[in-house]
Amino acid sequence: MSTTEQNLPVKAFTRDFNFYYGSFHALKSINLPVIEKHVTALIGPSGCGKSTLLRSFNRMHDLYPGNRYQGEIVLNPDNTNILDTRVDPIEVRMRVGMVFQKPNPFPKSIYENVAYGLRVRGEKSRSMLDDKIEDALRGASLWNEVKDRLNQPATALSGGQQQRLCIARCLATDPELLLFDEPTSALDPIATANIEELVTQLRDRVTILIVTHNMQQAARVSHYTAYMYLGEVVEYGITDEVFLRPKKKETEDYITGRFG
Amino acid sequence: MKANELDQIRSVIKTNKRADLIFALAGFLALMVGVMAFVTLFGEMLANGWERINPDFFSNFPSRRAANAGILSAWVGSLLVMLVTALSAIPLGIAAGVYLEEYAPKNWMTDLIEINVTNLAGVPSIVYGLLALGVFVYTFGFGQSILTAGLTLGLLILPVVIVSTREALRAIPIHIREGAYGVGATQWQVVSDHLVPYATPGIMTGVIIGMSRAIGETAPIITIGALTFIAFLPPSPITDTAPFLNFEWLFSGFTVMPIQMFNWTSRPEEAFQQNAAAAGLILVLMTLMMNAIAIWLRYRLRKSISW
Repeated sequence: MSTTEQNLPVKAFTRDFNFYYGSFHALKSINLPVIEKHVTALIGPSGCGKSTLLRSFNRMHDLYPGNRYQGEIVLNPDNTNILDTRVDPIEVRMRVGMVFQKPNPFPKSIYENVAYGLRVRGEKSRSMLDDKIEDALRGASLWNEVKDRLNQPATALSGGQQQRLCIARCLATDPELLLFDEPTSALDPIATANIEELVTQLRDRVTILIVTHNMQQAARVSHYTAYMYLGEVVEYGITDEVFLRPKKKETEDYITGRFG
Repeated sequence: MKANELDQIRSVIKTNKRADLIFALAGFLALMVGVMAFVTLFGEMLANGWERINPDFFSNFPSRRAANAGILSAWVGSLLVMLVTALSAIPLGIAAGVYLEEYAPKNWMTDLIEINVTNLAGVPSIVYGLLALGVFVYTFGFGQSILTAGLTLGLLILPVVIVSTREALRAIPIHIREGAYGVGATQWQVVSDHLVPYATPGIMTGVIIGMSRAIGETAPIITIGALTFIAFLPPSPITDTAPFLNFEWLFSGFTVMPIQMFNWTSRPEEAFQQNAAAAGLILVLMTLMMNAIAIWLRYRLRKSISW
């Protein structure tokens, strides 16, 4: 599977992917494409496994003992199964960026936060760093707000600004795939609107996979939606189709609020 | 609500509140036992030793005549021993703490090591002295030197440094770690760029608490055979000719504040008791000063680290 029905390029896909927390079977034979330069949203009730699936795309689960992957997550164009034990999780994380549920800037300066991804890649040239940091901050619509205080602590920023800073931290390293794990759940409505606006701007540049518990958000920002329940993908399709003409009864119940 | 019901509620509240008052009083008394004990001790040392505290007291060597005796060799010795203690315990303790918390596999071996490290903090200090006598003095041949004393006290406070390092690391939220791993950092990059810098205030606090315990330790220093009467200074660590550093002082004989104090207390003459009180006063002030530095450092560093 490298294209969908409309022959769009697939950036990544899972093939018979299963995931276990110890003996708990959290994800059950997931087959899901992530279309390049589009936004794919994962929706579903709490505990359905959407964050677990998202965190498999950058091998975050490797940090904790007792977790086990089975099956494949393939990253294109090189057709690498990123779950292969021979693939270094560090390499995966360098290719796949992640924005977390709670804004998590480092207690360092704004500049150093954005620079960090570049620094671990060995970038030392000050002028190169300056340029890339400006680009990343512009990309995250934060440049105008912080350009005069790049050396101030990032933790002094507001929650919404912190989240955009975390997005800039990812953008600085040009990820092929960007994962968003409920990026607005800790933010107020205005900051949420800013982040959604940003996601719609970014979707032409980078492939995005976003987990959200907010269905309106999924409907607003995504091209494709997967509805998950109890560790399975119940329905996957073009967002409008999933929301307006769901094929499955469970999806319809969830979307119309009769369940979940 | 009827008036008599209201009265009833009020009288119940009044009875309930009596326990509040009783506890507040009992708690205050309990607190005072500790505070008064320290104040009395400190006050007595102050009253006895006060007149002996003058510049000469700091710049004189001990002497047979109480009026001429000073603590020069003792405070210089304490300072140099503490330097060795800090230089040995800080890197070892931080490295061990980081390894245990971040790198060690979670299994029964690690649990066993953990329990041992925690228990080491409770081992009587004289046991460390015996160990040091066998290992540092005889086996390694360091002699009854500043190096031996510093390493012994370094071992003594090592568990405190390890435990405080681990606690400081554990206090760093998981999402900060994940943020660093998320951009592709290796474990060592996460540790050295993030975890250790953010844990520094907590580690420093542990180090200084350990050091202020070590500076007052007497038993292990006597066990390794520190001299009680020293009328010379160790060679200076800094020289005026290249390479400007001199390590002979490490192997020099020495005395430290608590030993000097102990020595004076064991003399029958009243005047030496006065000296002992004055030395004790200085020792307590040294400890308080270290704690003050710890509080100040923690306050300053914490201000710049928040999540």
